[in-house]
Amino acid sequence: MGESVQWIKHIELYVSSTATPSEQAASVDAVATLLKKGFFTLETLVKEMEMYLTTTDSIVRSRGNLLLAELLDKLASKPLSSSSIHSLVGFFTERLADWKALRGAIVGCLALLRRKVDVGNVTNSDAKAVAESFLQNLQVQSLGQHDRKLSFQLLECLLNHYPGAIGDLGDNLVYGICEAVDGEKDPECLLLVFQIVECLGQIYPDPSGPLANYAEDMFEILGSYFPIHFTHPKGEVDDSKREELSRALMLAFASTPLFEPFSIPLLLEKLSSSLPSAKVESFKYLSYCTAKYGPERMASHAEVLWSSVKEATYISPQCTLTKESELLGGMGFQDSEVMKQSFILLQEVIQQYGDFISLVLGDNDINVFINSLNQYKEMDDIPSLAKQRLHVVGHILSTCAKPSPALCNKVFNSFFPLLMESLGISVEKSFNGYLDEDCSPPAEFNFAAIYLCIELLAACRYVAVSLDSSTPALEFSHQTWSTMLSNSCKSLVKTFFSLLRSMEADQSASSGVYFGVKGLEILATFPESFLPASNSLYENILSEFVRTVTSGSTETFLWTLTLKALTEIGLFANKHPESAKAVIFEKIVVEKFVSLIPSGESAMPSSLKLKAAFEIGGTKKDFMLKVVHALSAAIYTNFSAAYDEGNHESGKVMIQLLDTYTEKVLPWFLKIGGFEEIPLNFALGIWEKIEHTKYLNLSVLEIAMGAGYQDLLGAIMSAIKKSVGSCSNESQEIIINKAFGVLSSSTGFGFESGSSLVKEEDVKQNLNPGDSSCKHEWLTSLFASVIIALRPQTSIPNGKMIIQLFIKSLLNGHVPSAHALGSLVNKLPLEIKGMNCSGNLTLNKALDMITPTFTGISHHDNVSQSNGSGIDFSSLRLNTLRMQSGINTAIGLAWIGKGLLMRGHEKVKDITMALLSLLMLDCEGGDSKELQIIDEEDMHQLRKTAADAFHIILSDSGECLSRAYHATIRPLYKQRFFSTIMPIFLSLVIKSDALLVSPTYTSRSMLYRAFAHVVSDTPVIAVLAESKKIVPILLDCLSVLSKDVANKEIIYNVLLVISGILVEKNGQEAAVENAPIIINLLIDLTTYQHMMAIRETAIQCLVAMTELPYTRIYPLRTKVLQATSKALDDPKRIVRQEAVRCRQSWASIASRTLRF
Amino acid sequence: MLLQHIRDIKDPEHPYSLEELKVITEDAIEVDDKRSYVRVTFTPTVEHCSMATVIGLCLRIKLMRSLPPRYKVDIRVAPGSHASEASVNKQLNDKERVAAALENPNLVDMVDECLAPSLL
Repeated sequence: MGESVQWIKHIELYVSSTATPSEQAASVDAVATLLKKGFFTLETLVKEMEMYLTTTDSIVRSRGNLLLAELLDKLASKPLSSSSIHSLVGFFTERLADWKALRGAIVGCLALLRRKVDVGNVTNSDAKAVAESFLQNLQVQSLGQHDRKLSFQLLECLLNHYPGAIGDLGDNLVYGICEAVDGEKDPECLLLVFQIVECLGQIYPDPSGPLANYAEDMFEILGSYFPIHFTHPKGEVDDSKREELSRALMLAFASTPLFEPFSIPLLLEKLSSSLPSAKVESFKYLSYCTAKYGPERMASHAEVLWSSVKEATYISPQCTLTKESELLGGMGFQDSEVMKQSFILLQEVIQQYGDFISLVLGDNDINVFINSLNQYKEMDDIPSLAKQRLHVVGHILSTCAKPSPALCNKVFNSFFPLLMESLGISVEKSFNGYLDEDCSPPAEFNFAAIYLCIELLAACRYVAVSLDSSTPALEFSHQTWSTMLSNSCKSLVKTFFSLLRSMEADQSASSGVYFGVKGLEILATFPESFLPASNSLYENILSEFVRTVTSGSTETFLWTLTLKALTEIGLFANKHPESAKAVIFEKIVVEKFVSLIPSGESAMPSSLKLKAAFEIGGTKKDFMLKVVHALSAAIYTNFSAAYDEGNHESGKVMIQLLDTYTEKVLPWFLKIGGFEEIPLNFALGIWEKIEHTKYLNLSVLEIAMGAGYQDLLGAIMSAIKKSVGSCSNESQEIIINKAFGVLSSSTGFGFESGSSLVKEEDVKQNLNPGDSSCKHEWLTSLFASVIIALRPQTSIPNGKMIIQLFIKSLLNGHVPSAHALGSLVNKLPLEIKGMNCSGNLTLNKALDMITPTFTGISHHDNVSQSNGSGIDFSSLRLNTLRMQSGINTAIGLAWIGKGLLMRGHEKVKDITMALLSLLMLDCEGGDSKELQIIDEEDMHQLRKTAADAFHIILSDSGECLSRAYHATIRPLYKQRFFSTIMPIFLSLVIKSDALLVSPTYTSRSMLYRAFAHVVSDTPVIAVLAESKKIVPILLDCLSVLSKDVANKEIIYNVLLVISGILVEKNGQEAAVENAPIIINLLIDLTTYQHMMAIRETAIQCLVAMTELPYTRIYPLRTKVLQATSKALDDPKRIVRQEAVRCRQSWASIASRTLRF
Repeated sequence: MLLQHIRDIKDPEHPYSLEELKVITEDAIEVDDKRSYVRVTFTPTVEHCSMATVIGLCLRIKLMRSLPPRYKVDIRVAPGSHASEASVNKQLNDKERVAAALENPNLVDMVDECLAPSLL
């Protein structure tokens, strides 16, 4: 009983007019939940609510009705007995007459009608009663927007769910609907209206049924909405809505052929509208309606349709030449939307109604136009309008020919002989099967005819291909077009050949070349079952193409186009790998190009040879495998020739071979996947070669090749890196074992002696310049490239020895060793799980080996803590040789530090400290007497290297430690480094400010140099957060650095950071405090002679400064204006323009007192 | 080159730029870089256009801001295009009068509006 009281309260709350909408919604939910759980039945509810449902107070009554209706809506999935549904629907049907409480009645009917069969739904007779009551009682157009929408929903629901039941209403229903929708303007309601009309069309398809009687009236209502156009646009939502409405209206238009007598004239009439959008819409509707109304009805409109399509395309073509037009024989056009839609209509009509084609083919204008083409001898002679028409005619003909072989026949019959005639070719079958061999092609070509001819060929190729795929054993010979084509095929090929040959000397992108290649390509890609393009002809075409490609000496238009055509033909032939054409292609094309790779005889430059081989290989996996084998074989041969015999020509060829291998072939295999043995075999093959090369005449080769020697080494290194990088763990282990084997068997590496640690003497010994042989360095470089590309999981044998090797060569100034060490510390595991892997290296062991070596030379790790009390400079200042090793150490520290930083290891801090101490060396040494002994020049070099080390640490490198080489990269490592090092820098800067005496000057400038590197390599977001502290130092930094011209790149980077700060709100606050200093600095930089970008950016920064608070910048205004007037005379135009912009914005911040 | 600087100036009475109104054209600008001399000849839209002086002032100020100070700028109304041609020319090329005009806040506001960079 308590519960019943509770839900009655909810009802009272809902009905009362004081409740808010959210309270009402809550009470509906509450009652619905109780009903669903079965605390009481619907009958009880109706009985309790009786008073609210029938009271004479219309407000309460309407709320009561609505409550019941909304409850029913919520209970859509609760099964109800048929009797209660019947009585409820009866009640609501009756209520439809009660206009004061209408909404509840409509919502109730809708809720009941939408019920599914399995939970009990409304019977057909009840539905019919609802419809009758609706038609009798509702004046839809007199209702409000929401009620109208509900009414239309009710109608749509009736039509969709009970078409059989309300179909009997006939005229009454159609008339009622006409009445209800007439004059509707709301877009949401209109969408429903269009759907209702579409349903009506499906219910009454009978041409003498009720809809037929009212079709004209109905269409009068509908037609007034076309084209959909909002008179009061309300924002960007309209566009999608317009699309949706327009589509719904189109479906309504096409819903029944009964509309045809009214809709087609309307649409045709709208085609003459001046609005392009109306034209586009009309064409769209016409295409859709054509498909729906069927050919019988459309036949009567055929002539008008053709003339409207012709009007929109041929008479007044609206197409523009595209940018690539030059490359498409000067005939690349971008059609306007109207033209696109009219071509679609043409296609639709032709497909539906084949007789339409006689209109097109019989069109006098087009025939006259084609006959007139003979007057143009060159593509460029054709005027623009005629060119557009040519494009249109080509498109129309190919649209006509494409749908079926029969249509293709007709088009060929009408035009092909004509076109051939203007090319001097006969289509008649001469008695011996082909044309007179002596008949030489004309010296001049009718380009327009060639263009149309190619369009036709493309269309009939399309027909042939679609026939070929549907019916395999089709007889092509019965078709007229096929006969015609086979009669003229040979002569056509001849014409194209002579076209190509006449253009061969021409370097530029001429249309003759394009058409010739295109025509041959089409002829070569006819399906095999199609006779005209017989195998001998196919062979001829291929040989001609191959001849063109192989005789090319530069990458001309003809060359690229021919190669492209060859690849297309290859792709087509390989669709049927067993076919004769594929075999011929492989025999003539692939083998030819593969054989070209190693030989040096052909006239072709090797870069072209390689490009052609790669493109052709790309048409099939097997072909690419052949290319790879030829390529690797060529690399190995040249390797021996270059390194054994010191042949520098082979060296140059090898660079190109290796580049093709790393840049093209290897990525191609990686993309398709599953070819791991290729990089593995390649890397092993290279090491094999190294092992068996007897002399390794490095110095001879170096002299012979000059600068190219380093390029060759670089090419081999990157080829090794790339191929090792793309191998799996297991393959990498094979490669590293092989490489290590080669290394340890060659002399001079000290592996045999098994020395445990690098000793001071070793280092000294190796530092002697004559001692380190070229070969040693060369081998180490190659070995380093293997190490750089290893995956973290790959286990490395003899790790200790490898590290010693790299440390030693690093101290000799070998940079790739530094890369390798960096990669090692980046990837070595922290600890090794498992038993018998004592030979394997962990990170800590490696660091234990590395750290003492480096701190042995720069043992100032603890400098900053102990503050110079016990520094032993003696070891550093023995001689200049030591200084050199210090520089090498700094480079090594940089790469090792980078490796550690990227994996987020804490030891990076020690390395940073070591670098900083190198940077600050003499300012701690104070007045030590030894200071003078050191060569100041060397000292400077050392500090500079240490400063640049920070750039190495923070910048991205292509050499190593990148994703391609499997580096461990922690997210945000740059930001983290920035935030740890910034306080250290700040304190160092303050300290060096205190010692502002001349000897410390260089170290201070180097400190700023390092600082500039760090700031400009860190993402700006991180810098912004600290901008308050950084801005003053950045400014000092700029003023110090700008004293040396060599720093211009760094200055530019710092300036970019400053401009980044100036445009951010956070940064502006920091800039406000230093405004005068910043402006003075920027003004100085606006006249920086050595780099234009600096001047430009400085002026842009000045513009950004005007965003600062008025009071702060106003005093500086005159100064800026004076300074920028000099920039107005800058030699570079960009700077002058920026200066004008700058003066404009500074002048206008206070124009009241303009002073110049 | 110079046209770049002044083509976007808006007419004081219309929302169009001077170039769109054909008040200035490329032919109407003479530049002698060696002698640092610029002459702009503009054609007011109607013969008794009251805004001719303001247009001239806009041109002068814009060029003062855009050209290095070494240039002497001469601004004239095209011969026969304005009722009081001589007085307008005199007004525009008199330093004192230009300076005086710039003291007038209303005038300066108007000039600034014309010179405001357009979004197009």
